[in-house]
Amino acid sequence: MDNGRIHTTKLDSWQDTNVTYAIEAQGLNVYYDNFRALKNVDLKIERHKVTAIIGPSGCGKSTVLRAFNRMNELFRSARTEGRVLFNGLDIYHDQIDPVEVRRHIGMVFQKPNPFPKSIYENVAWGARIHGYRGNMDDLVYQALTQAALWDEVKDKLGQSGLSLSGGQQQRLCIARTIATQPEIILMDEPASALDPIATLRIEELMRELTNNYTIIVVTHNMQQAGRVSDNTAFFSLDETDRAGVLIEYGPTLRIFSNPASKMTEDYITGRFG
Amino acid sequence: MTNEKDATTLGVASERATLAALRKRPRIKETLIQAFLFVCGALSILITIGIVYELGKESALFFTRKQWEQTNKAIAWDMDAGGTTVDVTTSGAALRVDDLILLNQEMMRVVSIEGTRLTVERGIDGTVSMAHSKDTPIQVATEVTLREFFGTTEWNPQIGRFGIWALVNATMMTSLIALAVALPLGLSVAIYLSEYASEKARATLKPILEVLAGVPTVVYGYFALTFMTPLLRSIIGQDIVEVYNTASAGLVMGILILPIVSSMSEDALSAVPNSLREAAYGLGATKLETALKVVVPAAFSGIAAAFLVAASRAIGETMIVAVAAGAGPNFTFNPFRAAETMTGHIVRISGGDLSYNSLDYNSLFAIGLMLFFMTLGLNVVSQQIVKRFREVYE
Amino acid sequence: MSGDRGPMAGTRLTRRYKVAALWRNVFRASTVVGIIVLGLLLINIANSAFGYVAVTNRVDPGDLVAEDRALEDLDHAELVAILEVNISKGLFRKLANEKPFAERERAEVLGLIYENVVKPEVAKQWTLLESITKRSEIVAEATTAYPSATLRFESWLDVAFITSPQSSDAVKAGIRTALLGSLWTIAIAIVFAFPIGVGAAIYLEEYADHARPAARAINQVIQTNISNLAGVPSIIYGILGLAVFVRVLEPLTSGAIFGLTDSTTANGRTIISAGLTLGLLILPLIIINSQEAIRAVPNSLREAAFGLGATRWQTVWSHVLPNAMPGILTGTILSVSRAMGETAPLVVVGASTYITADPSEPFSKFTTLPIQIYQWTTRPQDVFRNIAAAAIIALLMLLLSMNGVAIVLRNRFSKRT
Repeated sequence: MDNGRIHTTKLDSWQDTNVTYAIEAQGLNVYYDNFRALKNVDLKIERHKVTAIIGPSGCGKSTVLRAFNRMNELFRSARTEGRVLFNGLDIYHDQIDPVEVRRHIGMVFQKPNPFPKSIYENVAWGARIHGYRGNMDDLVYQALTQAALWDEVKDKLGQSGLSLSGGQQQRLCIARTIATQPEIILMDEPASALDPIATLRIEELMRELTNNYTIIVVTHNMQQAGRVSDNTAFFSLDETDRAGVLIEYGPTLRIFSNPASKMTEDYITGRFG
Repeated sequence: MTNEKDATTLGVASERATLAALRKRPRIKETLIQAFLFVCGALSILITIGIVYELGKESALFFTRKQWEQTNKAIAWDMDAGGTTVDVTTSGAALRVDDLILLNQEMMRVVSIEGTRLTVERGIDGTVSMAHSKDTPIQVATEVTLREFFGTTEWNPQIGRFGIWALVNATMMTSLIALAVALPLGLSVAIYLSEYASEKARATLKPILEVLAGVPTVVYGYFALTFMTPLLRSIIGQDIVEVYNTASAGLVMGILILPIVSSMSEDALSAVPNSLREAAYGLGATKLETALKVVVPAAFSGIAAAFLVAASRAIGETMIVAVAAGAGPNFTFNPFRAAETMTGHIVRISGGDLSYNSLDYNSLFAIGLMLFFMTLGLNVVSQQIVKRFREVYE
Repeated sequence: MSGDRGPMAGTRLTRRYKVAALWRNVFRASTVVGIIVLGLLLINIANSAFGYVAVTNRVDPGDLVAEDRALEDLDHAELVAILEVNISKGLFRKLANEKPFAERERAEVLGLIYENVVKPEVAKQWTLLESITKRSEIVAEATTAYPSATLRFESWLDVAFITSPQSSDAVKAGIRTALLGSLWTIAIAIVFAFPIGVGAAIYLEEYADHARPAARAINQVIQTNISNLAGVPSIIYGILGLAVFVRVLEPLTSGAIFGLTDSTTANGRTIISAGLTLGLLILPLIIINSQEAIRAVPNSLREAAFGLGATRWQTVWSHVLPNAMPGILTGTILSVSRAMGETAPLVVVGASTYITADPSEPFSKFTTLPIQIYQWTTRPQDVFRNIAAAAIIALLMLLLSMNGVAIVLRNRFSKRT
């Protein structure tokens, strides 16, 4: 495997025959202007698993998540180096369309952000802009059912998405993402703005979704990472340049019971961060 | 592709499928829309270029064009194609050395004058020397020089006098009077609203001031002419205050720019962090001392920016002065006399059917250019001040 | 100082409080001055727009009819007869040619009698304040100074004033031509400036590339330029309009290109030139207001759309614009009401001093309400001040209702989301 920094237009050189992983970061660096937010991250995300990304605030958790669907470049002048392989293809290659990347790698945000439109429209919009030609009612039904929201909203599909409770809004956002039929769903602290009961429902939902999707979730909640994830990646700040670095990555059980790094152990046991 | 859920079945074929799905595609609609939006944004640059180009071009014409004017003089004897001296009649306007004169189709330059005898250089500017018979009328070229434009104080296009100071002076008079009203009053209003007024009082007072800012300027012109002028005349005296005068226009203009000063200054005052006020109170300062010695100095640059914007607005203000300040350039420092401002002059001479390629038409652009740079300068300085101000508190 | 408990400390503090109270009153008084001036402005206008007038008739209507009857009681045929007797044959024939008398309403014939025979003229007008406070003196003055005159309370602003075209006779003059001219020019200004302004705002807020230094510099230039344009005096826009729309684009703005070669409009001083000039004037205002509205749309909405794989335009069109629209519309209405009151640029572009025909197309000659006010204000005869005041009230009402719409719009939309 090369160091992942070389871009050429030839397919062969930017593919990787090892496609066991849903998505894979190789030597990933992200800069905001001159500040390096993420340093040399290598991370392989397994298919149909929940991968939790944990770490103290400011360690680049969200940045790495947003690097997976090229959201970083949208709002801040972010520069990315290295490769992110999705089904073996580098999504940062200049022949790749970031819009298409985001369609296949969906995202759920920290604060529920339904569109100020009807519940139905919230779910249908994404599919519609991708030219979905099937039965929209069915799609909306399926998406809402998968998001465990159908029973609660089936009688008020015409109401504004904003009329729902916080937990329902977040599940609506998940349904909305499901409706565009992604392969991977990125979740950026999806339950941090919710009450415990709503949080629990989202966590259950994450487990269910692994049947069809690969889930990567950023969380600051240790218990949550322990409850829902199969694998856990622990990020922290590099002492010297304050860049986010991957400290340790492995099966959640092992990380929580027998961390290899002292830093991980301190963080998990609450002595740090 | 999304159906191929099992990892083991994924191979190179899936990569090709993924590549097909993710490959950049031409999004023509997106590109066209983005191009259109960029053009919309860039159009503003075009407008600025248009303003500067048109003003500059016509101003250049104003300063370079030769106008041939009758001198009511004629040559006193026949002139052949080669002679360089000629006597002229004593009637009409006097000629000066270096004047360009026109006889029939030939241009000559006056080299020296002795009484009525001219020595001339023949065939200037590519014109052909030719014979001229006795009594051929002499025309003289008038050209507005920058020196005349910026160095004299009489503006009278009929007799070819173009001293911009007559107009600039009137503009300065009205603007200074306006600022003398608006600055203290506006700042007081801002201090009152920001430091003293209750939420409720502010909620009623601010919209009223906004209404004041929303009244069309021609209405203020009407107000100046039908209210302020009669008021001044009855207080100060009919024989001292003329019907059209800069004082009335300036006072009313002060009311017009009052809301600009007060609202911008209030923004600046409100932006001063409360911690500063608390610190002053903590040292035993009264509300007034806090306001005047702590808050106002802290907001000084914002207030200065407000003053500059108000000054720029006053200089560019047109309808009040067009209605109330008087029609006719007049270099005077007496605020009770009529005097025409730059803007007032532009409105008056363009009000009639102005013919292109006339000196009047061109002069309008020269005045406009001057006005443009004066206001632009004030606005740019004000923006710089505001920018620096922001950096301090953010 | 706090440790100093001597008598001096007490007086000094008292003096400090006195000064403070004095200045507080100064500040408050300044604010009150602003309000008083606004009040004076409105009173001054109302003062001229209403009040008693003494109207003298060239011919007393009573003299036209038998003693026991009034002009108003006569029937159609009798009125026509009176008209025929009292005006010249030529004029009578001309009127009949324009429209036969048989086809004219009775009221219309009565109007013709007033217009051509009675010819009422305002001998003197009083202000509203005088009319209220010195009613008896006015009656006395009217009966002695103008014995033949009738005294009546005139509202210069009435339905007829709004629906009548311009006239050189102040009593008959109306603002219809000017009002229509204002609406035409504003409509053109909006059609021109709204899409471009919103487009520029979208570009600057949503598309402008802040990553590459070169692109960032260009966008910075555009942004600075827009705020500078917003500060350019309106009369400069008038000069630009004169040079570009009236002069350079004359074939277009005079309508000659479209085969309209009316010699009266062919000089380019037309509604479209005026509208485009106002469009340029409000463009920076619309851009700045729209930028603010777009900036106020929460980023979470954009993220949500992008996260679903939407393109930038899909995001803008479906989410950013609908949510920014109330703000954009409010800002636009406020900008437009600024343009509605603009006078100077249109004088420079070449508003007509006297037209009575309604504008019918973008290539018509034009006048607008503020220009009409300007022209009437500067007329030497006092009676034109009265109709100027009436026109000002009409203009202010128009602006007020536009601002009202803006406020309603803002409230309604902000409730919905």
